[in-house]
Amino acid sequence: MKERMSIVLFSGTVDKLLAASILATGAAAMDMEVDLFLTTWGIEAFRKGAYKTNTRVSRDYEEYGSVMRELMAAKKAPSWWENLQGAKEIGDVHIAACSMTLELFGLTLNDLEPVVDEVTGVATFMERARNSKVTLFI
Amino acid sequence: MCPMPILSLKKAWKDVTVGQIVAISATDQGARRDIPSWAEATGNTFLGMTEEQGVLIFYLQKVA
Repeated sequence: MKERMSIVLFSGTVDKLLAASILATGAAAMDMEVDLFLTTWGIEAFRKGAYKTNTRVSRDYEEYGSVMRELMAAKKAPSWWENLQGAKEIGDVHIAACSMTLELFGLTLNDLEPVVDEVTGVATFMERARNSKVTLFI
Repeated sequence: MCPMPILSLKKAWKDVTVGQIVAISATDQGARRDIPSWAEATGNTFLGMTEEQGVLIFYLQKVA
């Protein structure tokens, strides 16, 4: 059985999404399964088309947002979205959306990007996370 | 730039036959440790690395 990494993706800011996407790519490349559980602002980041316009960064470093964007463009750094596509391509990356957040925001799975596989609750995540080698909250 | 070296390597690996030796180049400084770690984790053999004008060249042999 493959080892697994489980991530709760709570954040919807591109700096944290970038970190999560790099970890997901790394784990997938190392032959690990990857579980992403999207909740709260993580759901916002996966709304249809949102990745194209999302430029939010963590509040603490807000003033560096535009500099970070310029550096990433200048150094041709792959975006979090590109990393995630790459991770999906090379490995077993499963993405679940939190049912509670969807209900709260009045959304369904159809409102999210097709990379999101299904809608689950906390128990499904916990069941998979308890058997994971790496568990993160981002 | 990280994570491209291991992403590209993993993508290319499916077209490599068992026993074949592959050379890959990277400019990401993290790759010095990442490529050997990747080989270890995926059950392949890391043969060595050379450096030419800031470009790192890694040699790996496919086992799995």
